[in-house]
Amino acid sequence: MKLVPVLSAHWDEKDSFTIQAYTRHDGYKASQKALAMEPDALIQLVKDSGLRGRGGAGFPTGMKWGFIPQGDNKEHYLVVNADESEPGTCKDTPLMMANPHVLIEGCIIAAHAIRAKTAFIYIRGELTHVVRRVNQAIEDAYKAGHLGKGIEIILHVGAGAYICGEETALLDSLEGFRGQPRLRPPFPAIAGLYGMPTVVNNVESIASVPAIVLHGAEWYQSMGTEKSKGTTMYSLSGHVKNPGQFEAPLGITLRELLELAGGVREGHRLKFWTPGGSSTPIFTDAHLDIPLDYEGVAAAGSMLGTKALQIFDETTSIIRAVLRWTEFYKHESCGKCTPCREGTWWLVQILRDLDAGVGTEEDLNKLLDICDNIAGRSFCALADGAVAPIISSLKYFRQEYLDQLANKGPLFDPDESTLFAPAKVGA
Amino acid sequence: MTTTEILEMITVVIDGFEVSVPKGTLVIRAAEQLGIQIPRFCDHPLLEPVGACRQCLVDIEINGRAFPKPQASCTIPVEPGMIIKTQLTSDVADKAQKGVMELLLINHPLDCPVCDKGGECPLQNQAMSTGRSESRFSGTKRSFEKPVSISSQVLLDRERCVLCARCTRFSDQIASDPFITLNERGALQQVGIYENAPFKSYFSGNTVQICPVGALTGTSYRFRARPFDLVSTPSACEHCASGCDMRTDVRRGKTLRRLAGDDASVNEEWNCDKGRWAFKYVTAIDRLKHPLVRNDAGVLVEASWPEALAVAAQGLKANASAVLVGGRATYEDAYGYSKFARIALNTNDIDFRSRLSSDEEREFLASHVVGSTTTYRDIDRADHVLLVGFEPEEESPIVFLRLNKQSRKRALKVTAIASKLSIGVEKLKGDFVKTAPGQEAIAITRQVLSAKSVILVGERACESAGALSAVAALADTTGAKIAWIPRRAGERGALQAGAIAHLLPGARLVSDVAAREDIAAFWGVDSLPSTPGRSSDEIIAAVHSGAIGALVVGGVDPLDGAHIPESLAALEKAFVVALEIAPSEVTMRADVVLPVAAITEKSGSFLNWEGRARSFDAAVLDSLNRSDLRILSMIAQEMGAAINFSTVTAAAREIATLGTWDGARASMTPVSAPDMPVLAAHEFILNSWRRLLDLGTLQKGEENLAGTARQTIAVISPKRAQIMEVVDGDLLKISTAQGSVTLAALVEDIHDDAIWAPRNSRGSQLLVHLGVGHGAVVRVTKI
Repeated sequence: MKLVPVLSAHWDEKDSFTIQAYTRHDGYKASQKALAMEPDALIQLVKDSGLRGRGGAGFPTGMKWGFIPQGDNKEHYLVVNADESEPGTCKDTPLMMANPHVLIEGCIIAAHAIRAKTAFIYIRGELTHVVRRVNQAIEDAYKAGHLGKGIEIILHVGAGAYICGEETALLDSLEGFRGQPRLRPPFPAIAGLYGMPTVVNNVESIASVPAIVLHGAEWYQSMGTEKSKGTTMYSLSGHVKNPGQFEAPLGITLRELLELAGGVREGHRLKFWTPGGSSTPIFTDAHLDIPLDYEGVAAAGSMLGTKALQIFDETTSIIRAVLRWTEFYKHESCGKCTPCREGTWWLVQILRDLDAGVGTEEDLNKLLDICDNIAGRSFCALADGAVAPIISSLKYFRQEYLDQLANKGPLFDPDESTLFAPAKVGA
Repeated sequence: MTTTEILEMITVVIDGFEVSVPKGTLVIRAAEQLGIQIPRFCDHPLLEPVGACRQCLVDIEINGRAFPKPQASCTIPVEPGMIIKTQLTSDVADKAQKGVMELLLINHPLDCPVCDKGGECPLQNQAMSTGRSESRFSGTKRSFEKPVSISSQVLLDRERCVLCARCTRFSDQIASDPFITLNERGALQQVGIYENAPFKSYFSGNTVQICPVGALTGTSYRFRARPFDLVSTPSACEHCASGCDMRTDVRRGKTLRRLAGDDASVNEEWNCDKGRWAFKYVTAIDRLKHPLVRNDAGVLVEASWPEALAVAAQGLKANASAVLVGGRATYEDAYGYSKFARIALNTNDIDFRSRLSSDEEREFLASHVVGSTTTYRDIDRADHVLLVGFEPEEESPIVFLRLNKQSRKRALKVTAIASKLSIGVEKLKGDFVKTAPGQEAIAITRQVLSAKSVILVGERACESAGALSAVAALADTTGAKIAWIPRRAGERGALQAGAIAHLLPGARLVSDVAAREDIAAFWGVDSLPSTPGRSSDEIIAAVHSGAIGALVVGGVDPLDGAHIPESLAALEKAFVVALEIAPSEVTMRADVVLPVAAITEKSGSFLNWEGRARSFDAAVLDSLNRSDLRILSMIAQEMGAAINFSTVTAAAREIATLGTWDGARASMTPVSAPDMPVLAAHEFILNSWRRLLDLGTLQKGEENLAGTARQTIAVISPKRAQIMEVVDGDLLKISTAQGSVTLAALVEDIHDDAIWAPRNSRGSQLLVHLGVGHGAVVRVTKI
């Protein structure tokens, strides 16, 4: 399989982020076409294209738009989730840096489809450069007359909380409250931002729309696999020669992607990897040929998530990696519900012991039992994500845990796994 | 209930048992119907579901389709075809609940042996039912400084908090006082206040009561008792006319705390901080223990009961006598005073209104209030509520909560006729009809109401001539219901008991021969006095004119009324028999002082503003003090005119058999509003009310409560402030011929001609210092 750059087609141009560059490549033609269409026809087009949410869950985008009640005389809102914070996930950030206008054009089209006059782009607080760039792009789009004629875009900068990537927590944060997930129902499509029908979409989902409008549903359908259509960004990071964004049709395998990225770093071999960010159960080198689409990854026991492929080679301690992730979730748990708040607090303490080689096999069972008491018991999916790496690591690397306990200390030198460690060519 | 509400019922199966519950019922409460208790922390029936603690997880399937994960039963309403398996029948639910309990306990400190909540703690109880016997947690617990004070009366121990958000939700959803919120995140999430903005809500005590752990505790109760050492008695609140159901907890004869009782039709499960915490006055004041009699040298000396009763009887027999009874008497005691006046003193000179009052009010009470059936339910159903001379949050807090509930639930329209926009009316999002003090009648006349509207009239309405006439006329023409809401707990009962000059018990008119005969027959006497009685103001005047020579005074604070110097002089002049719990301005001037029981020491009832009986038993059982009516009965006996009350129960029974009266009702002669006074440059019209927390006698001895009182300020309008070059915080001197008060200015939304100051707060006792109330012209200068 080959790379099919659609979103990233012109990223290598020096001025790719400018409105001039975007217009040069048929920018804002799709919105022109879309605004002339009936909103319902637009929704149907996106449904037909098979586009699925790129934020992780893979919910059909057109269907989500279709949930917005029509003719209800209420304000509707489009909210773009640009709170990209998942460890390993780094696709929306470069997209907004390299081509912010495709996001803006996508907003115009989506807002028109769901009969919204206002779109909000909620950007993660730490992304100062992105905020500046998107702000400039919005300003340019207003100057060019693409915005301000019935559709407005408001950029909102978050305060740096992972939980605000959860759509209802994002809405609370956008309204000025602390970001904590809301009770559902009502779902955002019925009562979202300020209690009004709201669509919350990921950056990449919205950015995919202009091309679909321009080239048609059939064109989009022609790429990808049976139930996972189109192209998407695969983000390779970690122990890989050429990390970065790889836009390919859905269904590509890690083996293929690794080839494109030049393979695992010189002299090392793949130990484990995440298919879609740290919240998705890890895979090992046994999963190199799993088709990376929604169904393929799910069938193998994980989730496609955000297609954030973190590659770890054999120098990495699985326990240390899992501990780091767990520390992240403990730090980011919003605190609303007991399992996540207290559970992540406890898990970190247990994993710190295990990382130090302290404990017995019984502690591994306890760890799994606590994970079982957290997964599916919490208010939102954050805690499910938090236990995913722990459970999957014990599934594939239980022996390593036992070895570490037997060793009564770390088995790995953390320096070995750093990218600045001397390469062991031929090792 | 007159209308039948048709409820759609839904049948579900819980643990194999079918149960039908109204549509919208949450699974957790449907289970309660079957007696199945699902453990919970964040769930509270009067708060919106939040699903935060995850303790109540159960397995649910609908029409054969099972939820993949256990669901929080406190957030899911029943649906047809639902099959629910709780911890009793589902291993998954059982393990989920045990797992959550274990997680809740890992960071919970082992404070139980010293925690106020220990012994009545939902966490303790549910840890026993749902927890494991030994902890698997061997790590480091989260620790915080403990406890921190979030107001002078509420302490927060963050280590104990399970973050159920009941307190923050209560403050936001019920009281509309979001002074506390959750801060930080993850395991460091904690309840907190804003910097330098303490939890100064009038309702903060409810958060202590609904806290399912010992995280929020009352400063006054902390470390004072273990729940299992307390004897609890159902009681009623004596502080205002809202009529809260209460519970009084006593240990070894001493009241240690009071809690809100659960009465869905009145206070739901809430009360105000005054009702909860102001009870120490009973012990804080220097109680009277023995009767006192003034000797030949003019000094009050201890006397035996027979001697004191004899002196009292003698003095009352020798003079034309009248009765002044305060608005805090119980219904039974007020009935006792009413009967005592008519039979023992042979007079209609009795008035429970030991406060500012008017003849217009007396007519209004007889024609529109006595026997009125307006209730909280009418507020629930009203299309529009008009507030006249009434600040619900300050003067009847549970009425405020009910209005607030409807305001939040269905945007109930509330209109306040007032001079100053109050915090309470602002929270109710009410329309503020800005009126010059004294000119309320005109504003009332302009209101458009319907038969579904309710007019809530405060006792202060009598201070504005014509206002009550206008209210009566508005109700008569529109069909709107009237509710008169006095401040004191006993006034409605006293009215019903006939402790007022022109009414006999049960709305019978003194002027009506048939009514007099009815009551005379009921009391077993030949006749009742027919001469029209005097009001409290007239009684004072009659003492000065010599027409009245003796007074029976029970529970009256002369500093609460108008004409304070005249009242005090009258008490000096007349032969006074005082029934009191403690030395007071009255007992100092009395000839015979008879100690009576305080509220916690006696049984009885109050009629709240609805006329609903709120009965209570003695919480402190070993008191030797007796209720007023027993003592009145003894004096009457001594006078040779028996009124026969052996016990409070006997009096209550007598009242219950009184029967209704369908004879003549009073009518009302309308009074017109006064002209607007012409004001000089530095003149304002005074507007004032009492705040919930102020210098009231019943709040004595509770400094922690006093610490949350609102600031004493004088409010003027921006326009007048500009003219006078006054900014917030400048000192304003308000003066009359009698005296002055000096207060810090606050520039706010108030009628340009008005100045507002609290009536009885620290530094602002207007009746004492200015000698005037609402509507009087005062001089204001910047100093």
